[in-house]
Amino acid sequence: MKLVTAIIQPHRLEEVKRELYAAEINLITVSEALGHGRQLGVDEFYRGVKETGNLLRKIRVDIAVNEPFVDRAIAAIIKGARTGKIGDGKIFVTELQRCIRIRTGEEGPQSIG
Amino acid sequence: MGAEQGINAGDTAWVMISAGLVMLMTPALAFFYGGMVRRKNILSILMKCFACLGMVLILWALYGYSLAFGHGNGFIGSLEWVGLRGVGAAPNPDYSSTIPHAAFMIFQAMFAVITPAVVIGSLVERIKFSSFLVFVALWVTSVYIPVAHMVWSPDGWLRGLGALDFAGGCVVEINCGVAGLVTALVLGKRQGLTRPTLHNLPLVVLGGGLLWFGWLGFNAGSALAANGVAVNAFVTTNLSAAAAACSWAAVEWLVTGKPTMFGTVSGVVAGLVAITPACGFVAPMAAICIGLVAGGLSFFAVSVIKQKLGYDDSLDAFGVHGIGGFWGMVATGIFGTVSVNAAGTDGLLAGNPVFLRTEFVAALVTVAYCAAVTFVIAVVVDKWLGLRVSAEEEIMGLDITQHYERAYTMLE
Repeated sequence: MKLVTAIIQPHRLEEVKRELYAAEINLITVSEALGHGRQLGVDEFYRGVKETGNLLRKIRVDIAVNEPFVDRAIAAIIKGARTGKIGDGKIFVTELQRCIRIRTGEEGPQSIG
Repeated sequence: MGAEQGINAGDTAWVMISAGLVMLMTPALAFFYGGMVRRKNILSILMKCFACLGMVLILWALYGYSLAFGHGNGFIGSLEWVGLRGVGAAPNPDYSSTIPHAAFMIFQAMFAVITPAVVIGSLVERIKFSSFLVFVALWVTSVYIPVAHMVWSPDGWLRGLGALDFAGGCVVEINCGVAGLVTALVLGKRQGLTRPTLHNLPLVVLGGGLLWFGWLGFNAGSALAANGVAVNAFVTTNLSAAAAACSWAAVEWLVTGKPTMFGTVSGVVAGLVAITPACGFVAPMAAICIGLVAGGLSFFAVSVIKQKLGYDDSLDAFGVHGIGGFWGMVATGIFGTVSVNAAGTDGLLAGNPVFLRTEFVAALVTVAYCAAVTFVIAVVVDKWLGLRVSAEEEIMGLDITQHYERAYTMLE
């Protein structure tokens, strides 16, 4: 079991969801995030005072998957999120120790999907 | 003191208060619209509305009022009152002999402010701010001012035809709705829209509620006196808004299964729009009919026609103001009666079908003139300065890219 975490551009979320559904991955958690990579945020002005490097809005997508779905999830996210420009984001894949379905108490790979 | 002879304190106080109420409508509209866009673009809406207040009020004082209401030909006024020269405490009997000329001028100024502000609804989330300012200056000068003159000045040729527009069905509503549609077509659609953009419905409802409040000054203030006609306009305005709120919600309930808050507040605005040309000429029961039709008609325009044709009149300036304003002019021709206003005209139901035809012609002329001139302005500004922001700026949002600020923070 793996946890696939992607940080993407907010306006690509709909595309990413569509690609994930097309890859038969229907279980996702989406949260709002702030951050920046190499583009170092944005400048804002308040009554003439400049604030540099404010954090950019991003979307964080978390998907827990069994092994056969890991590469499919990554491919779907890349297909949906890539614009080729700076700021497209990152995907992190981490080992998932345990997964428990709260309703039934099931544990392990069958509890993910 | 001689200059102030004939001034009526009650009339003057009511028109000044009404000017304040109409002024409030532009910030109200800003929130009504602002809640409907994605949160990365709300400040760009508020900013454009305040830009209309800032810029159009000054244009109005410099030359706008004179060109709209000065003595000229059938199409446009003159420069006699440039810089408000001669517009002071003495009344101008062409418009009202019981209030200072300057009170009429500032009341009308607020109408010139809110009309281009309504157009913003069609252009949101993609228009470049600098180009918008140029567009508004050109549009107020060559569309709003001539239409106001044609309809409201004693010299105006539509007024000469016998057309009546109590508070701006042609001048404000049809004008802004058609301008919105035409400019939206020149601008093109927003990119990558897959879902409604609404981000804060309570702001929309707050704005809609304040619009209703302000509209009481807009319509009843247009009597330019604290008299029976003003009270009739006050009554009909409330009834039409109420009826349209009910009818939009009811149609929605039938079609989609549930009535929504967004639909109800949209109905309120549709009802206010439709009663605008009629409010001083029709009776209360007619106002309920006008509102009931307006709610259903605008619902149909934005949820069926717009979806079928696929144009991006983003916040439905055309669907609500254009369609509702046209219906209001036609309704004035149907329900008009001299029993509520001796200066009015009997309409179709009072046995005078000619008045219906006149109102229809005035509405059509406004549509044609506004569409043609707005198209030219939009294309010229687009070729000259570019109407749209870049694709990257559109994605980042207009608040950050046009104004270097953001409305909401996520962290402290």
